Amino acid sequence: MLDRRLIQNFDWVLLLLLLVQAGISILNLYSATYPIREMGGSEIFFKQIYWFLIGFAVLLLATTFNYFALERLAYPIYFFTIGLLALVLFVGRVTSGSQRWLALGPISFQPSELAKIVMVLVLAKFFSERSDFKEYRLRDLWQPFMLTALPCFLILKEPDLGTALFLALISISMVLIARVRWRSLLLLAGSFGLSAPVIWFGLKEYQQKRVFSFLSPEMDPLGAGYHINQSKIAIGSGQFWGKGFLKGTQTRLHFLPEQHTDFAFSVLAEEWGLVGSVVLLLMYLFMILWGLNIAKNSKDRFGSMIAVGIVSIIFWQVFINVGMVTGLLPVVGIPLVLFSYGGSSLITTMAAMGILMNISMRRFMFQ
Amino acid sequence: MLKPSHFDSASTEIFGKQLKLAILFILVVFGVLILRLWFLQVVNGAAYRDRSEHNRIRLQDIPPFRGMILDRNGEVLVDNRPSYDLYVIPEEVQDRPQLLNRLSSLGDINRAATERLLDKAARGYPFKPVCIKKDMSRDELASIESHRFDLPGVMICVSAQRHYFYEGLASHLLGYVGEISEGQLSSGQFPKNRPGDLIGKRGVELKWQTQLNGNRGGEQVEVDAVGRKIAVVSQKAPISGANISLTIEKGLQSLAEKCLQGKHGSVVAINPSNGEILALASSPSYDPNRFVKGLDEKTWQTMASSKDFPLQNRALTGQYPPGSVFKIVVALAALEEGVVTPEEEIFCNGRYSVGNATYRCWKKHGHGGVDLHRALVESCDVYFYTLGRRLGIDKVAQYAMRFGLGKETGLDLDTEKGGLIPTTQWKLKRMGIPWQRGETVISAIGQGFVLTTPLQIANLISAVFNGGHVYRPQVTKWVRKPSGGSLFEFAPISDGELGIKPTHLELVKKALVGVVNQPHGTGSKARLKGVVVAGKTGTAQVVALKKEGAPRREEDIPWKLRDHAWFVGIAPAWKPKIAVAVLIEHGGHGGSAAGPIAQEIIKAYLNVPS
Repeated sequence: MLDRRLIQNFDWVLLLLLLVQAGISILNLYSATYPIREMGGSEIFFKQIYWFLIGFAVLLLATTFNYFALERLAYPIYFFTIGLLALVLFVGRVTSGSQRWLALGPISFQPSELAKIVMVLVLAKFFSERSDFKEYRLRDLWQPFMLTALPCFLILKEPDLGTALFLALISISMVLIARVRWRSLLLLAGSFGLSAPVIWFGLKEYQQKRVFSFLSPEMDPLGAGYHINQSKIAIGSGQFWGKGFLKGTQTRLHFLPEQHTDFAFSVLAEEWGLVGSVVLLLMYLFMILWGLNIAKNSKDRFGSMIAVGIVSIIFWQVFINVGMVTGLLPVVGIPLVLFSYGGSSLITTMAAMGILMNISMRRFMFQ
Repeated sequence: MLKPSHFDSASTEIFGKQLKLAILFILVVFGVLILRLWFLQVVNGAAYRDRSEHNRIRLQDIPPFRGMILDRNGEVLVDNRPSYDLYVIPEEVQDRPQLLNRLSSLGDINRAATERLLDKAARGYPFKPVCIKKDMSRDELASIESHRFDLPGVMICVSAQRHYFYEGLASHLLGYVGEISEGQLSSGQFPKNRPGDLIGKRGVELKWQTQLNGNRGGEQVEVDAVGRKIAVVSQKAPISGANISLTIEKGLQSLAEKCLQGKHGSVVAINPSNGEILALASSPSYDPNRFVKGLDEKTWQTMASSKDFPLQNRALTGQYPPGSVFKIVVALAALEEGVVTPEEEIFCNGRYSVGNATYRCWKKHGHGGVDLHRALVESCDVYFYTLGRRLGIDKVAQYAMRFGLGKETGLDLDTEKGGLIPTTQWKLKRMGIPWQRGETVISAIGQGFVLTTPLQIANLISAVFNGGHVYRPQVTKWVRKPSGGSLFEFAPISDGELGIKPTHLELVKKALVGVVNQPHGTGSKARLKGVVVAGKTGTAQVVALKKEGAPRREEDIPWKLRDHAWFVGIAPAWKPKIAVAVLIEHGGHGGSAAGPIAQEIIKAYLNVPS
């Protein structure tokens, strides 16, 4: 399978970028868990190193086969994932009120993380089935709608509002790239506007509170409001150059909540200032543009649409997380991709990056 | 290999356009994020830096006020009082040995224990206040408060402490609060609570824990370098717990406890027409306030292992043979089953033989010929031995169960005991030996395997006099939020009907009036002027039925071997308002040991002048 051309076309740039990312993430995690290193903090740190190692292995594995195979496997994988999402509702581990984790022997993972990439695969398959490039009408889209609604519904049941919305966002991004008629878009926007009140009253009380706390952080001074306040102090106090590694007072005194997961970016911004945070953002931007370039250069629609989907996973996570910790967006508990602590998310992201590289490597196959 | 659909050049162009739009959008979003960072870190950076350096914005809990517990007339039985607690913020302590020296000279503060607490806290979140001492005395508070400025990192917080107004009053019923245990935390039954919280551990405090608890509030406060609160940044007010009104009447409860003083036993008074508990006392008792501060191991051990069982609520969990009180059930069963007519006289010569065994009447020389009425009034044992034999144990049990005997009444307070009503099947299953005829004989006078709780007995007489309704005893009148909403209002709960003919009930009722009011009645000590009291005495033997030649006088028998004394009374007999069950452990004769107590309770409740 691996002929010389594949090695030649190997996407070294993306791999290098990911390695640098991993380095920064681990360094930052060391700082974030430093104050609690005697209370299990160092365990978190080492665990993440292992996750990265496994992640890179998964990434390389994902480059070894021709991604066309994924086209035939898209539906089986999709329904397998749906099965896992349903299973988690019955046998999942309950942590703080929601059931998101599935235990597989000593390790446990979140099927909802896997769902993100599987969504991309199955939608890419749908959009590659048509060779002409006419605009989609609303009635053409019932299939992607159902494909998205099913996992969203199951994830909402866990309940995990953030991930469910995120899944919808990926799907919307892919639909938009695939081109929808303007009239259809307007119709969609209008019907959403009408259904919004229905959705609102279907939300759980804590979910409504989150929206409230976004509109006015002072509303919940003890929860999200406090977190955002402390996060803004952390980020702002980093100023231009930052306070220096391990010198972040907000971090050291543990004013930041979830400082190794959702608020990991705040730790970086406090210690490395505007310089550090902009460098990190630019790395993400570069990764995203690189991914879109892969989409553009791919010679088949399936590959293009996968690349678009994977890019949208990265993009929305960066936007939502950084928007959240800087107080632009509500607190939805979405970690920063490739940066925050967390095994399931990291492994699936690395798999996605591997697939992206896979597409990149095989872009000249048909020439 | 099958190739997925290829792009033609037109599609490639369109796709390229779409991507360009996407890139534009992405660049705008990143631009916004970077601008936002610029705004936070450069434009407002200095201000945030300043705030981070003086970031002493802390999150503090404001615990909710636990609901009050009142009696049926609104008199407060349990509320909260302020407790002054001493806290230390490890991070803000400058010279720890010096601080510990000063603190231990200012108050009764254990140096080594404090050191341990601080060490443990310093490894975790050093800015988090650690509670060093709860509920300081006035002197400690005054001396520490006056030295506050020399004690950086020291903080005094006021917290609410559960206060049981009348020491020991209704302690078994009210229960007490204590720190939530690991098991309770992980059980998921108390989702609002965190480690260190005090929750109801027994009685009403436990039964209504969720409602009494209220919701925790909190505030973001700005504190200065020594941890004093300078300003409140924002606050979320706690929501006080619901208040609870019990069905008991404080005066009656207190009288019941007074009557039991120095004795072991229980008094239960209920409203026969709806099951409201008016008083529920168990002796010996304890003061729940002692639990609030946290008992030391030794005191707890003495209390828990004491032979007097002060923690046991005898009214619900004390299981005693009902003795002659059980004759009420046997009499009604016999009438219903037609094995005896009210007029039939059975001859009592003081003895009753079954096979080789001889059972005695309490009256050595016998009652002569007795009919149903006289048999109840004078509590003739031989008469009921005979009825028992005629009915058989399973028929007796069937009727006893209609009165709710043999199972919990469903009061839902702590773990109630159900007592025991034996049947032939039960014995075979439990002991593997068949039922003996002699056992029927002694069961008929409430001895042998039969066990009942005082609460069940009060319920039993209520059902006889209220027309045959078995009501579930309840102790809560209402539960209301301080803001006004009602969470619970009392309504009688029916646990079935006796299904006994009114004429039969009437016969037994008349006889029970006779017990108290006729010249030879065993319950004459409960008689009242102006009010017709009805009732039944019972003397439950602790050891096997007396042998011939056993000591005759109570005083000659060791206390532990003396009989339990029962009296169950109800008044006014024809329109009952109160039913009282009194049990005195090893009290001797029911009529003389328990009767006067029932009399006093009824007298007080119905306001009968002496």
